[in-house]
Amino acid sequence: MSKEPVAVTGVGQTKHVAARRDVSIAGLVREAALRALEDAEATWADIDAVVIGKAPDFFEGVMMPELYLADALGAVGKPMLRVHTAGSVGGSTALVAANLVAARVHSTVLTLAFEKQSESNAMWGLSLPIPFQQPLLAGAGGFFAPHVRAYMRRSGAPDTIGALVAHKDRRNALKNPYAHLHEHDITLEKVLASPMLWDPIRYSETCPSSDGACAMVLTDRAGAARAPRPPAWLLGGAMRSEPTLFAGKDFVSPQAGKDCAADVYRQAGIADPRRDIHAVEMYVPFSWYEPMWLENLGFAAEGEGWKLTESGVTGLDGDLPVNMSGGVLSTNPIGASGMIRFAEAALQVRGQAGEHQVDGARRVLGHAYGGGSQFFSMWLVGAEPPDS
Amino acid sequence: MPEALKAPLVVEFPFTRSLGPVQSAFLTGLRERVVLGVRTTDGRTLVPPVEYDPVTADEIRDLVEIAPTGTVTTWAWNHAPRRGQPLSTPFAWVLVRLDGADTALLHALDAPGPDAVRTGMRVRIRWAAEPTGAITDIACFEPYDGEPEQPRGHSGEFADPLTGIVAHARLDYTYSPGRAQSAYIHALSERRIVGERCPSCRKVYVPPRGACPTCGVATAEQVQVGPRGTVTTFCIVNIKASHTANLDIDVPYVYAHIALDGADLALHARIGGIPYDQVRMGLRVEPVWTEGARFPDHYRPTGEPDADYETYKELL
Repeated sequence: MSKEPVAVTGVGQTKHVAARRDVSIAGLVREAALRALEDAEATWADIDAVVIGKAPDFFEGVMMPELYLADALGAVGKPMLRVHTAGSVGGSTALVAANLVAARVHSTVLTLAFEKQSESNAMWGLSLPIPFQQPLLAGAGGFFAPHVRAYMRRSGAPDTIGALVAHKDRRNALKNPYAHLHEHDITLEKVLASPMLWDPIRYSETCPSSDGACAMVLTDRAGAARAPRPPAWLLGGAMRSEPTLFAGKDFVSPQAGKDCAADVYRQAGIADPRRDIHAVEMYVPFSWYEPMWLENLGFAAEGEGWKLTESGVTGLDGDLPVNMSGGVLSTNPIGASGMIRFAEAALQVRGQAGEHQVDGARRVLGHAYGGGSQFFSMWLVGAEPPDS
Repeated sequence: MPEALKAPLVVEFPFTRSLGPVQSAFLTGLRERVVLGVRTTDGRTLVPPVEYDPVTADEIRDLVEIAPTGTVTTWAWNHAPRRGQPLSTPFAWVLVRLDGADTALLHALDAPGPDAVRTGMRVRIRWAAEPTGAITDIACFEPYDGEPEQPRGHSGEFADPLTGIVAHARLDYTYSPGRAQSAYIHALSERRIVGERCPSCRKVYVPPRGACPTCGVATAEQVQVGPRGTVTTFCIVNIKASHTANLDIDVPYVYAHIALDGADLALHARIGGIPYDQVRMGLRVEPVWTEGARFPDHYRPTGEPDADYETYKELL
């Protein structure tokens, strides 16, 4: 028996900001969930199960927050699962939910991911003082900056590429009412003039710290038939992982990322991603990761990804728009960031992306990664159901 | 083989909490010595209150004042109170259903011993002397044989509501780095850098983990590497981290990946003895040890010619 086709019929997110001091964590997730239900014109009674994700518990200091969030998410008396794969968790969470529908375990699943970064300090959460280890830590930026330098050396990319990405994404964010950063006066010159934090990464080439939540309603064919608006159909989805550090690890283009993309393309019958996929919403917390992931995901040959960025191909009006929403560079509630990528892909193929809608976006890839480039999750969604 | 090392690891942080409307009213109430519950869609009263109805998932905001007296519904004796618990002398953990509430609140009961505690006994709140807007404003419960006290019908509205709290969290671990890293650290005390070779793929891991993450087999063969190595990639850190680990390192400094000679992956260390803007990929370096320190303080240039990119491009 083949898999049940999976449709995204509802998408909801909060207006992402630095600190949502007016709501509890429960109030935050509730807001996104209600918006997703409203989009799907569904009620709590239509939901069979809830799948929730967030980044490590240390980021807010609430152990197993899913337990306390059950009543806010209408999950009492229903299965509730939590997924945990570091920064990629928003993507993995959506895929676990999708698999429950595809396997016909449940008809309609609410999936949700969140982070309230203002309640803690992610830098602290990632830098616990482990005994006997050298306390030479430079935070997430310090961890990823050497890999960016390695990419620059390997590809020969000019050192302005990172600034081009940051400028583009921050401009795109101006068209997205839910994005955290709305820098109306951003210019390429300002990005280039921003301080070098972890050389070669500039301040304006890094993601913000956000409070926010994102939710989606996933359903089967019968549920999709009842949906008030066009659904997004899941054409392929996959997760892969590998160790953070091992001999032979390629941080610039991790094998797990390549394998994950290949699996998605095989499921969806994508022969040439550059030709067959119309837009990409990818996890770019530091701007240089755009060209790196373009290569890792097969949109460009090794060492060539930066040329797509430089020539404007990845612009909102380009041939392969990347991060139409403004991306992680404009909005980063860590645990939700992967799901926001997946949700943006769904909004695009549904034609519901508003001002940052890409004309003719019929197949869009959503991508997330996490940990030390060790967890990958991706989905490809389309405007038409699979096998039709 | 040296014994595996152990050390305490304390993880603590002052997390902040935005309360939202219901917890805000509940904790502000405690500050004013008012206990508030919330009415559910089906008319039950929940204490402590919640924001969403556990049965219908409706948003619930109908706050009602509850009496400070109630009945123990179940209990457990705590023989040895730990740091941060409500009382420093032995006490009973109790679930108390306050008069007028349909659910029970977890708290502490001050009683002389377990023989003085029973399910069904009557208790009342002992308020803290200096309330702050926290659950600890209820210092504890105490036995009570009077009439149920009557709530005064507080509306749940306050002139100066609390909107957030600080929730200090602390976890105490005993950390052991395990056999392989303990041996590595022991060798460092003799200023030797010793990794382990995987018996399957033959890769040398420094620091060793005791197992090969690729092959999934135990590693035991010790291999001395370095002390010299090659900078494979790096970044220049221009900002001080907000946490405490690096406060004694002046910025800018160079955070580098160094492939020690004989190792099959790079370790991370600081580069010194050269201006930060002259550090480059391929730079040959060696460790600089300081008296009494477990790890090399930093690595400095050896003066050798730079390594050819082809020799380290797999070790970035």
